[in-house]
Amino acid sequence: MALLNILQYPDPLLKQMAEPVEAIDNELEIFIRDLEATMRAGPGGVGIAAPQVGILKRIIIVDVSSKPKIKQHGRLVLINPEITEWEGMAKGREGCMSVPDYTGNVIRAKNIKLSALNEQGEPCEYDMEGFEARAVQHEIDHLDGLLFLDRLVSRHHDLFQRKVYK
Amino acid sequence: MPNTRWYMLSLIGKDRSGIVAHVTSALYEGGCNLGEASMIRLGGNFSMMLMVQFNGNMHALHEVIDNEAESLDLHLHIDHIEGRLHDHLTPDVRITVYGADRAGIVAKVTGVLAEAGLHILDLESDVAGTAEKPIYVMNIEGHAADGIPVLRSALEIVKKEGVDASLDEIDTLIG
Ligand SMILES: [Zn+2]
Repeated sequence: MALLNILQYPDPLLKQMAEPVEAIDNELEIFIRDLEATMRAGPGGVGIAAPQVGILKRIIIVDVSSKPKIKQHGRLVLINPEITEWEGMAKGREGCMSVPDYTGNVIRAKNIKLSALNEQGEPCEYDMEGFEARAVQHEIDHLDGLLFLDRLVSRHHDLFQRKVYK
Repeated sequence: MPNTRWYMLSLIGKDRSGIVAHVTSALYEGGCNLGEASMIRLGGNFSMMLMVQFNGNMHALHEVIDNEAESLDLHLHIDHIEGRLHDHLTPDVRITVYGADRAGIVAKVTGVLAEAGLHILDLESDVAGTAEKPIYVMNIEGHAADGIPVLRSALEIVKKEGVDASLDEIDTLIG
């Protein structure tokens, strides 16, 4: 097992689109193991995306089980993840291992439906909410070359300010 | 950079377009580096607080910025600070308080919260509503030094004073 080097902004690889995974082979399994070790070595990291270590493949790992009392699925390796449904909006604070010493408020969907392949290459579907849904959205953004800095809102941003009165 | 010092610049004056650009280009041309800054329009005035790194003394820094401040009609104050970058505290609680505007509300609320261990990192407040019926709104982000439950009980005391208040834990996601 090896710890991988986490790229930090402004590394240009962080702003690039990652490619779908075509085949799950032994090499990929080793990479996933290293990616997970790298996530767990970081302080408080609940997710990581392959582009954060310079590999432009659509692979993320999320594990929010360190947060008690929330609905979650535990350790998840998600390959070619795709959000198929979004619902609700919530503002929450985020930071990123690729952007040290900065946290900021970001609006994310409260509930999502997600489809992805697991480590064995089997298609899976998940219903997620809250903190776990936020983590997945943060990591999938990495696959699309987006950082939470691209989605910052001010602390007095009102979620409902664009409400349409009928 | 040896001998560089940090200063805190406060500039306040009537709001007009281009203030930020004018002030920051004068600082840039004078050899200053900007650090953290907070700028906001308050009651038609524009207020700026900027951390500035500058390789010179207070007198030299005044020479860099005085003319620009004067031509923009900005009141300027400079302090030498023991500041540094990368000294952020992450807030773990957000508190919103609102109610009919009345004297002493901020002092009352912040006093109770401070006793319950709240370290305020960021506070902004506003008076909304109408001139006849003003509503006071305050939004605080801070660190709960003695934990969240104590703050929750403190907020219950605040609510008995006739204001509405809510508390949200800020659980920062690192990913
Ligand atoms: Zn990230």
